[in-house]
Amino acid sequence: MKINSEFIFVSTLLLSSSVYATEAVDELLEEYQQVLQSEQEEVSFTAEAGEILWFQEFADEKSGKIRQCTTCHTDDLRNEAKHTRTGKLIKPMAPSVNEERLTEIKNIRKWLKRNCKWTLGRECSAQEKGDVLTFIQAQ
Amino acid sequence: MKILSILILVCMVFPAYADDDSSSGDDNQITAVDNKQYLNECGSCHFAYQPSLLPIRSWKKLMLQLADHFGDNAELAAEEQKQLTDYLVANSADLSPDKFAKKLLQGLAKDETPLRITIIPYFVHEHDKIPKKAIGDNPEVKSLSYCNKCHTGAETGNYSENSIKIPGYERLNDDNSSH
Ligand code: HEC
Ligand code: HEC
Ligand code: HEC
Repeated sequence: MKINSEFIFVSTLLLSSSVYATEAVDELLEEYQQVLQSEQEEVSFTAEAGEILWFQEFADEKSGKIRQCTTCHTDDLRNEAKHTRTGKLIKPMAPSVNEERLTEIKNIRKWLKRNCKWTLGRECSAQEKGDVLTFIQAQ
Repeated sequence: MKILSILILVCMVFPAYADDDSSSGDDNQITAVDNKQYLNECGSCHFAYQPSLLPIRSWKKLMLQLADHFGDNAELAAEEQKQLTDYLVANSADLSPDKFAKKLLQGLAKDETPLRITIIPYFVHEHDKIPKKAIGDNPEVKSLSYCNKCHTGAETGNYSENSIKIPGYERLNDDNSSH
């Protein structure tokens, strides 16, 4: 009985985490893991840490204005959003409602670089990128 | 209305003539973007401006400062930056057959390198009769930078007067005639 429920638990976990997983994200996570492994012993990416980064507020050095990932992507990743300056529509970020999300490595790299620099004032670390992708992917 | 039906009739009777007219003779037809990479990369935050709207020197300068692009970060990998610069230069106002491009250049001093289309004198002149409340104070337009908000055919390079529709306003002509 015990073994059975444990088996069910583990397999649901596997299933649920792979539902929206894409090859692109898997490959990037592996890359970040390798970077981190050379510096620390244990590496793990969590949606919780990613969520904290997603909502974290950063003050822009020049304007003093608060910047967050949600400035353009909104609080609910399943919603359509608008670019904060240009007003252009940004389709939902959540892969559960927009299957085109997180499918192209080059695109993810490009936007993470731009958006981290704009929001945080610097590039994100491998840990931060791994966490935030894990978070977005789970939406 | 009458003119429209005559036009439709003409198009039906002389399709070849109508086609010809829209592709070359029209002042307000701007060569459309046919480069997918450009549409993807330069159309993700705003309407993808036609390359013939700025001269070579402007595109070159703009493409070298993408990390601080009007306060946004639009950085590209070096290879893509080069490919897109090549595309912009080859189709720039200097090299384009578009009549509007020639007019833009005419009012521009050779030593000026505008990074915005919307500050070029001829452009400003063409848009200076539009009331402020229809542009900056209009949340649906925000600024003249968003060409496609008013020029409903902007994506295909059609800037003709009868395809202009300012959000929240009646057709331009109706608006004018009521004053
Ligand atoms: C200034 C506006 C803005 C901010 C702030 C912003 N983004 Fe974005 N982001 C965009 C735009 C625009 C796109 C691309 C448009 C599209 O794909 O619909 C994008 C795309 C992305 C993508 C690519 C998605 C894919 O399917 O490949 C990721 C990942 C992303 N953003 C993460 C973030 C993170 C993490 C933050 C905070 C650190 C953030 N963004 C902050 C505007 C923004
Ligand atoms: C990350 C978002 C983003 C990307 C990607 C982007 N732009 Fe922009 N662009 C902006 C913003 C923001 C403005 C300023 C809009 C405003 O003033 O309201 C702007 C303005 C412009 C203008 C000036 C428009 C005017 O007022 O005349 C040009 C030209 C331009 N961009 C060209 C490009 C080109 C070419 C590319 C591709 C290499 C590109 N943009 C990619 C965000 C972006
Ligand atoms: C607020 C709405 C609005 C926006 C935004 C706008 N335009 Fe216009 N545009 C107009 C109107 C109205 C006219 C007609 C002016 C007239 O005939 O008096 C016009 C005229 C034109 C013409 C025809 C000029 C001629 O030679 O007769 C061109 C080309 C043009 N606009 C290009 C652009 C481009 C490129 C942009 C973006 C950089 C832009 N417009 C943004 C409203 C707009």
